[in-house]
Amino acid sequence: MHAIAFRRRAADRATKVLFALCAFAVVLPLFLILFDLLWKGARELKWTLVTDLPHPVGEPGGGIANGILGTLTIAGLAMAGGIPLGVMSGIYLAEYGRGKFASAVRFSVDMLAGVPSIILGIFGYVLWVLPMKRFSAWAAASALAMIFIPTVVRTTEEMLKTVPVSVREGALALGIERWKTTLFITVRTASAGILTGILLAMARIIGETAPLLFTALGNQFWQTGLDQPIAAIPLQVFNYAISPYDDWHDKAWAGALVLIGMVLVISTAARYIARVKK
Amino acid sequence: MDNALQVKDLCAWFGEHQVLKNITMDIRRNSVTSVMGPSGCGKSTFIRCLNRMHDLTPGFRVSGEVFFDGRNIYTDRIDPVLLRRKVGMVFQQPNPFPRMSVFENVAVGLKFNGKKRSRSEMADVVEKSLRMAALWDELSDHLDRPGTSLSGGQQQRLCIARALAVEPEILLMDEPCSALDPTSSARIEDLIEDLSDKYTIVVVTHNMQQAGRISDSVAFFLLGELIEMDTAAKIFTNPADKRTEEYITGRFG
Repeated sequence: MHAIAFRRRAADRATKVLFALCAFAVVLPLFLILFDLLWKGARELKWTLVTDLPHPVGEPGGGIANGILGTLTIAGLAMAGGIPLGVMSGIYLAEYGRGKFASAVRFSVDMLAGVPSIILGIFGYVLWVLPMKRFSAWAAASALAMIFIPTVVRTTEEMLKTVPVSVREGALALGIERWKTTLFITVRTASAGILTGILLAMARIIGETAPLLFTALGNQFWQTGLDQPIAAIPLQVFNYAISPYDDWHDKAWAGALVLIGMVLVISTAARYIARVKK
Repeated sequence: MDNALQVKDLCAWFGEHQVLKNITMDIRRNSVTSVMGPSGCGKSTFIRCLNRMHDLTPGFRVSGEVFFDGRNIYTDRIDPVLLRRKVGMVFQQPNPFPRMSVFENVAVGLKFNGKKRSRSEMADVVEKSLRMAALWDELSDHLDRPGTSLSGGQQQRLCIARALAVEPEILLMDEPCSALDPTSSARIEDLIEDLSDKYTIVVVTHNMQQAGRISDSVAFFLLGELIEMDTAAKIFTNPADKRTEEYITGRFG
């Protein structure tokens, strides 16, 4: 009796420990990355990093201020177009999308979400850079928008589907028109979830590098226009990291630290909204 | 006789399945009419036909006529949106709008019906509606609380206030007490009696005692047919149809 009970409990415990170890192994890389970045990036993490333009090789100091501005510009452009398009498509799929067209849209959106980001970069290159004959913020933003939009469409749809039918019926029964019910009642009910989806998609595109290689190109100076090559943090990190100079390597680490800091802040905000505004 | 609604030969289908068969009934103005019958008899489907709530249900179809203010709501170019402002509805599960305060919940129907109103006009309507729904005394100091934070009974009265705020003539109630405890149910019943002075009320109910207490007339539905309709006293003491008698004496359903 006792022996069996002991074996059963031992097996219980062993399974639990195994699962916990797997879970630990999953989150371990995140902490290793953060630790490593802090360790190596902290050296260059000075105020000038976020206020100064990059300096030439060998000249100490300098920052990635133009990259920060560039990343925010590109992401902002992508979101300015992507939020209305993505949210409205999501509303269409959730509230009206029953037929074949909607199924086709849903399938295509999922396909688009699976397209490797380098291909979206090449697409941006063909669509913008070749005809305009120059690299630009527009090209970069449209490449990032194609990553941003599918996520927003699907999270908007999912979030709207969690709104109970009784909410829509309650509004319609008051004599509120359907489009107002959708926009001001249903979407409002799901707004925290939709906003969370938007922020998570934003965190995703801020760190994307491949789509920028063929579109933004990068820039050593302040951006001069949206139709001009533009700097971005991931590009700077990439260029610094592949360079042969030690002080540039340090800047790559510091830039990476800034980037992951931005992503963490956005993701945390998303989680906070999802939890508190429910 | 002054009728708020006249239903003639109403049939309804979900796809191929016929759920209402030739319903004909008059609903008197400023009275309480109960619609009673076992589960699946079509009583909820029936009252949802009276404000065209089925319009968006795929595969739903009706035939027959429903006259409101002398016009057939299914043919005479009636805008279902305007119809629903005149024929309000309260649902089985209290459904206050999430992420809206008590005040917003009551004001929402007016806010979106096109006419501009000042804040103070809005506040007047909200107070009046909450008073009619017997909620004002409890909630006058808590108008900014989320509607969903109220108790179940309060939520249901909030939904009644919300329906009253758009000043309907008819109030349809689909088993308004079935999700509530006995005390809350009793308050809703009192409320129905008070409101019947001004409104025409149609209540779907499972509860025969309740139907007996609150109704002027009772309609008994079975398998999509209206078996009989009469005064509550007549139905419960001396029903004309054997099936009604069997139902109220608890032999089936």
